[in-house]
Amino acid sequence: MGTEATAQQGLESPLVRAAGVSKSYVQRAPFSQKRFVIDALVNVELEVAPASLTALVGESGSGKSTLARCLAILERPDHGEIWFEGKEISRSSARELASLRPRIQMVFQDSAGALNPRFTAAQVITEPLEIQRRESGAGLQTRACELMEEVGLSPNWANRHPLEFSGGQRQRLAIARALALKPAFLILDESLSGLDLSTQAQILNLLLDLQKAHSLTYLLISHDLTLVGQVADFIAVMHQGRLVECGTRQHVLASPSHAHTRELLGSVRLVESAFRAAQAGGRS
Amino acid sequence: MLYSQSSSTAALLRICGLTVRHAALADPCHPALLGIEFEIKPGEIVGVLGESGSGKSTLALAILGLLPVSADIDGSIYFEDTDLLRVEEREWEAVRGRRIAIVFQEPGLSLSPVMRVGDQVGEVLRAHRQGRGQHRKQQVEAILQDVGLVQVDRICKAYPHQLSGGELQRVAIAQALACRPDVVIADEPTRSLDATRQAELLDVLRDANRKFGCALIFITHNPALLADFADRVIVMYGGRIVEEGPVSRVFRRPLHPYTKGLLQLIPTSLQDSGRTRGQHLPALPGSLSDSDRQSSGCIFASRCSARTDACQRESPAELVPEESRRVSCFNYGN
Repeated sequence: MGTEATAQQGLESPLVRAAGVSKSYVQRAPFSQKRFVIDALVNVELEVAPASLTALVGESGSGKSTLARCLAILERPDHGEIWFEGKEISRSSARELASLRPRIQMVFQDSAGALNPRFTAAQVITEPLEIQRRESGAGLQTRACELMEEVGLSPNWANRHPLEFSGGQRQRLAIARALALKPAFLILDESLSGLDLSTQAQILNLLLDLQKAHSLTYLLISHDLTLVGQVADFIAVMHQGRLVECGTRQHVLASPSHAHTRELLGSVRLVESAFRAAQAGGRS
Repeated sequence: MLYSQSSSTAALLRICGLTVRHAALADPCHPALLGIEFEIKPGEIVGVLGESGSGKSTLALAILGLLPVSADIDGSIYFEDTDLLRVEEREWEAVRGRRIAIVFQEPGLSLSPVMRVGDQVGEVLRAHRQGRGQHRKQQVEAILQDVGLVQVDRICKAYPHQLSGGELQRVAIAQALACRPDVVIADEPTRSLDATRQAELLDVLRDANRKFGCALIFITHNPALLADFADRVIVMYGGRIVEEGPVSRVFRRPLHPYTKGLLQLIPTSLQDSGRTRGQHLPALPGSLSDSDRQSSGCIFASRCSARTDACQRESPAELVPEESRRVSCFNYGN
């Protein structure tokens, strides 16, 4: 897989690169307590070009989230290297990581669970600024309002709590928090699943606008190829811990090389053609 | 009543003027469901389409009598001429799970984590006194085979965490089908599954519909799933039915601006979308707000591209523009 995957961007040096990354977890069976090993990632090679949107798709348990956590160094890979902005970071010390963390931000799937329910929206957004000592006093409040406006939330809501927001608004709040430290790389782990179609489209449009304004690089993780396939520059497909396919959107959609991708695309096309036929009135 | 279905077949399930208010909410004046009317005929597949807050899950719970006691419920739910809202809990028990069953959104949450899957399917049979003890195991295996599971022996002995998402959802469907119900309600069963698993699941439900003749109420936010699957579609918005009709006709020519907007969200082809890089996707602007619910006008007015002054003033009545279709919009079709 490696050569094809690395050939995709070619010209520019990647912002993020996973080289031969493997990660396994040792677990115990619930009752027998027998130990067994789950190979969550097996020799994964991935490059993410700067200011691009890479969609990472695959079914649950395929290793998408583990890869995301390794790229953000929330987990250390067992083998392999993680490169970010030209530096190998997988073995960096906690101190080195502290200065690196603001550059890599993550937005989680369950915004209701990921945001502190006791905080106000403003506190949710400004907490990272305080931790990193970027801003203090009145500057914090101003910055919170700016960020809320930027993600399409009314600053009048700055004193409301996350659970008073709708699912889509909460996801916007999570994005505002992730943007507070002006990151270069944003990982969105199933941030769109659980939202309605129209809200998903609104959030994707917001992400596209933010990308234009801040030249952000996205890794968008989803099980829904129809959704992320519409906006991605690159599509990477994971299956059973392996990265089985990676290439430009056009290339992967037109000539998928792995059987799993072909199966996935086949199902997507089946739904598409049934929908088109219904719209054309071909079938009843 | 303006709307009535022209048909010779008697309705299996008939919902009349169903209004639900959650008393626990800060402002109980906003009904979760308002004046819901529709019929389900035996063996029909009906899609209920709507976004979160449209009341589609409240509707499912109401039909099963599973709303909290604090909910204020008005109207009637006739099942074979019995009004379920006016029967004792004991009579409910003879219907719920046995005649009307449900498949929930997250099988991982609706199945018990500490019980073997086979026992959980068998439990449904036992609760409704279907089949004898010694035959029950075979019955359970047969049901699991019906929903397309292989290695039923392994599945029966497994705990939910040992099964994949697709397998779990099939087990949940097996539970629902165990007593051969007349109506199965599926509440977004495919939401967290990928395209392949989604298609498989729709096949399982369609097979059950053909084989056992059970009617299906399929709740979803994605209209694409209803094409080639459902016979009729009911479009809900803010607790009301805004449009209803046969899927083929509604998809070909949607009448309500909300239905139109929803259908536009589906890419006609992922591969040849014609979008340039960074170009926005089509999206319905805004979202359903509290002020929409309070408004005396049309509940969709604030997001509607075809709105006129009349829409802000009063709520549109239900119209029947053509046979077996209805729509609540002053400017439908524009």
